[in-house]
Amino acid sequence: MSAGRRPPRLPGAAIDGYVLEEKLHQGSMAEIWLVRRPDLAGPLVMKIPSFRDDDDPASLVGFEVEQMILPTLSGVHVPRFLASGDWSVQPYIVMERIGGPSLRARLADAPLDPGEVASIGARIAAALHAVHGQHVIHLDVKPSNVMFRPDGTGVLVDFGLSRHDRLPDLLAEQFRLPIGTGPYISPEQIAQIRNDPRSDLFSLGVVLYYFATGERPFGNPSSIRGLRQRLYRDPVPPRARHRHCPPWLQEVILRCLEVSPADRYETAAQLAFDLRHPDQVALTERAERRTRSGPLTVLRRRLRRIGEEPDLRRSAEEQISRSPIVAVALDLEQGSEALSEALRMAARRVLQTLPGARLACLTVLKTSRIGMDSSMVDAQGRSIRMQRLVELQHWARPLGLGVGRVTHHVLEAPDPAGAILDFARTNHVDHVVIGSRGSSTLRRYLGSVSSQVVAEATGTVTVVKASPEREASEAAPS
Amino acid sequence: MRIAFLADVHANLEALTACLEHADRAGASRCVFLGDLVGYGADPGPVLALVRTLVARGGKAVLGNHDQAVVLGPTPQMNPEAREVIGWTRARLSADDLAFLAGLPLSAEEGPRLYVHANAWDPGRWEYITSPFDAGRSMRATRCRTTYCGHMHTPALYHLGGDGRPGAFVPTPGTPIPLGPQRRWLAIPGSVGQSRDGNPAACYALLDDATDALTFQRIPYDDEAPRRKILEAGLPLSFNVRPEASR
Repeated sequence: MSAGRRPPRLPGAAIDGYVLEEKLHQGSMAEIWLVRRPDLAGPLVMKIPSFRDDDDPASLVGFEVEQMILPTLSGVHVPRFLASGDWSVQPYIVMERIGGPSLRARLADAPLDPGEVASIGARIAAALHAVHGQHVIHLDVKPSNVMFRPDGTGVLVDFGLSRHDRLPDLLAEQFRLPIGTGPYISPEQIAQIRNDPRSDLFSLGVVLYYFATGERPFGNPSSIRGLRQRLYRDPVPPRARHRHCPPWLQEVILRCLEVSPADRYETAAQLAFDLRHPDQVALTERAERRTRSGPLTVLRRRLRRIGEEPDLRRSAEEQISRSPIVAVALDLEQGSEALSEALRMAARRVLQTLPGARLACLTVLKTSRIGMDSSMVDAQGRSIRMQRLVELQHWARPLGLGVGRVTHHVLEAPDPAGAILDFARTNHVDHVVIGSRGSSTLRRYLGSVSSQVVAEATGTVTVVKASPEREASEAAPS
Repeated sequence: MRIAFLADVHANLEALTACLEHADRAGASRCVFLGDLVGYGADPGPVLALVRTLVARGGKAVLGNHDQAVVLGPTPQMNPEAREVIGWTRARLSADDLAFLAGLPLSAEEGPRLYVHANAWDPGRWEYITSPFDAGRSMRATRCRTTYCGHMHTPALYHLGGDGRPGAFVPTPGTPIPLGPQRRWLAIPGSVGQSRDGNPAACYALLDDATDALTFQRIPYDDEAPRRKILEAGLPLSFNVRPEASR
């Protein structure tokens, strides 16, 4: 095995001006070194593939894939790429060192408290959404490939099995065996389908299952036959394994672990949304499940899979673009009926064309900036809050959205525009629909909520106006 | 340095001009023509004038089957429409133009790159690359790491890794694709003058030879104008020139 191994690298050696300081990790496919280069701000790490005589072709191509994909990615959810080494001399990748810990370090702590599981899950989902938005499907989500920055931001590492929508998939044609990691690999990856971003949600579901229960949903199979089990056999419900797992968390986890990608969350952003709003998770039969499916159901699943054809047109881009999170901001205190109707019409138009879209209905309950009326908020605020929530549900009802497609949020803040923007940012909202009342001299001077949202939002904003005639007829005494 | 790869211009001056303007804005300093400068279109003279200038300025060009037919006469495999245009084209070229075409090589190598119109295994027989299998055959037939071909009018990118199994990829216009050094690549930029995939925009590809990143491009142009010229010249309006009319 080790006949062709090169002499070990030692600290102090230099590659292309990078000085090796300390070996941080020795994996089966690569070693990770802490490196430094005087002209570059650190800390940096260098990933060097481990070549052997009995080279595993997947590890070689995997390194090639990572060299191709990592430079195309940017943002806080991936390590910043710095340099790539020439294959004819010494292949390597130099990237930023992520300061925080790997999720792998927490494996021994499972089961974790449900709140922490949700927080970890939401941060990984946010990272996945960022990567999917850049045309990349990770395809090897597991604890050792997740890190956290010191501020808690989730970071995905190791893009060796990944696929980029717009670059050749070097792994697809090369291997006739499923590519992934046994416990975490999605059913469609086992069937060699590599173009569905929801595969990453399945793997994240396995991670969440493990941290919620302390056990793996599908064990650690090593044979193809063992891997294929998950195509028919559903896992033991998390609550049956660990009684502290709440129904909403079981709902989320089992939805991620659905065999058919169409039954999972549409996007990582929608999953992150549920993990951040446990009270808004639409509970279905999944939440209450106590046992695995019976043999008849399993047999039915086996039969259903025969003749299934993969959708070759699918891609991260396509899946994300048809499943946005749309937020409608309603002013329930001063908005007119005409405007509220116009907003509903606008929301309907967006949702009709995009069956995977989710709608978040927001309203802002204005609180005092200095908080001196806190006692009043306690006495009365709760009932006002409830009233607003009911009004939001009432507003959304005519849209006829199915379970899980609509959520309702009463935000409490002194500054409505700030609250809406903040909600949109933390929840990966793609499209904000907001009303604007007819012009008034006062508003022209003070600026309106909608104009501030338009100015500062990072996504698309639609500003809706009611027709002046409708507004006028409503204002006139009848 | 950036190099523009232009294939199957087919005497379409408007398409060629649009691609060259785009390539110029994108910083291209050289042009490589992958054969079939003429045939089908009604502007063989102006197209050759432009190409000859660019080749004289350090560009490259290889011979295509239509170019060869203009010099030697049509080949038996050529479709009737193409044959009709060959004679018409020849009558409109100067002796210098014909000499330029006659002097084009079947293939040319430049460092790690091979330029050839049809394929590397037998460039003069004009067999098409229609599958990863054909692409693999061509990539194995050359010592060059990257091959640039024309002949097929629709853009495609093939690659061949260490395991010998070729892969195919449909490029997305405007996305730079790094042609990694550990495998062989065969790029078909697609036709400048006669697209055949239902999208009338002209095709070409741009290589950044410092990073070996190849970007396929689709360039919209006034495709009505060359069509009008073909009709005015009394030439057959090939079904290919007007994809929407072919159905």
